[in-house]
Amino acid sequence: MKARLDREAIALRAAKELQDGWVVNLGVGIPTLAPKYIPEGKTIIFHTENGALGFGPPLSEGELEHKDYNLINAGAQFITPRPGMSFFDHATSFGMIRGGHLDVTILGAFQVSKRGDLANWTSPERTVQIIGGSMDLAAGAKRVIVTMEHTTKDDKPKILNKCTYPLTCKECVNLIVTDIAVIEVTKDGLLLKEVAPGWTVAEVQALTEAELLVASDFKEIEL
Amino acid sequence: MVPEKVCNSFAEAVADIPDGATVMVGGFTGPGGLPQNLILALRNQGARKLTIIANSTWGAGKAREYIDVSILAENRQIKKAIVSVMADPNPLRSTAFEVQYRAGETEMELVPQGTLAERIRAGGFGIGGFYTSTGVGTPVEKEKEKKMINGKEYILELPLTADYALIRAYKADRMGNLIYRGTARNFNPVMAPAARITIAEVDEIVEPGRLAPEVIVTPGIFVKRIVKISQEGK
Repeated sequence: MKARLDREAIALRAAKELQDGWVVNLGVGIPTLAPKYIPEGKTIIFHTENGALGFGPPLSEGELEHKDYNLINAGAQFITPRPGMSFFDHATSFGMIRGGHLDVTILGAFQVSKRGDLANWTSPERTVQIIGGSMDLAAGAKRVIVTMEHTTKDDKPKILNKCTYPLTCKECVNLIVTDIAVIEVTKDGLLLKEVAPGWTVAEVQALTEAELLVASDFKEIEL
Repeated sequence: MVPEKVCNSFAEAVADIPDGATVMVGGFTGPGGLPQNLILALRNQGARKLTIIANSTWGAGKAREYIDVSILAENRQIKKAIVSVMADPNPLRSTAFEVQYRAGETEMELVPQGTLAERIRAGGFGIGGFYTSTGVGTPVEKEKEKKMINGKEYILELPLTADYALIRAYKADRMGNLIYRGTARNFNPVMAPAARITIAEVDEIVEPGRLAPEVIVTPGIFVKRIVKISQEGK
């Protein structure tokens, strides 16, 4: 078995996509790891569904003595205040999302299709039903980046011709960052831009149901 | 003359909620902005066959030592829930509502969170519905009117109103004007206008004039009852 990127490395690679001054919403799971990998000199304005903008990084394990239940994000992490932050109600918060005021959202996924359909809220096996803010974020943000493991636990592809799970949003994903590849969703299909160190195009394709085109500037993922 | 809005107890504040009422409950994840005392009073009051409109049916609260809507489910007071989250995110824990729903004892309508907030906003402000692209191409669009607007596909979502709203704020004045703390604002100001009777639990009640008019988030006309949380309260 070849080495795959761990969750931290996936988050690090996704964080490289964030541009200075962007308004960014992070979903639960791998995306919550991204803030610590924002390159120095870039200012990112973080948004959370429950009504805050421009807050600082979440408290670490060692800082929990400062926790304040009136300062949390949608992932139930305790956030830190920062000059210039603002609070607002849920309708305003989702108005920001629906109105296209978010530059990017980074979300987890169960499945992504070749045309960028996203399935990340339920599966036929799960009785758990959590839509939360996922459908609004996927439909409303200017860009959607998905971070996920490339395959299921039993090595079945998660990047498919057509999602088999109920959709969160159709044709919304722009970029997929996995533990073995970086793939852009284009009008012509899925464009393989980067692979994890040591992996070949054929090896990534073998674990991907949808056909991959190879980018002209194809390269190894740089961390 | 403004009618007296301050109630002496949580029990008094929720005493008239009848069986079959539709009740909105503010709050999000964790105890911030969650009207814990009013939820507890409603549990003790015992009204049944309630329709609950809230972000979540919750259930994680118990483990984390705060009170949430799940105590109403445990007491079998909920007939229907309109929420964006039905489940504890931890798949190993089943919430009371989840168990009842799976057994066919309760109904549920699962709504995307932003659509839920906007439906409540629409309900409070007399809007007959709105078109949104959230949910297009997903199970949420089922049986909903679709419309192309400027080349984009939308679905029609209808307003939500309630008989009662239980909300949590930081400070109130006797007129019912409310301010909030941090992210504890969440659904609370959205729900306040959407219910016939909105009841707010607050840390402090002050005389009119003590809260600057410019910082009022929820104007007092949306709030019918106010209860102060005691020092020992949550």
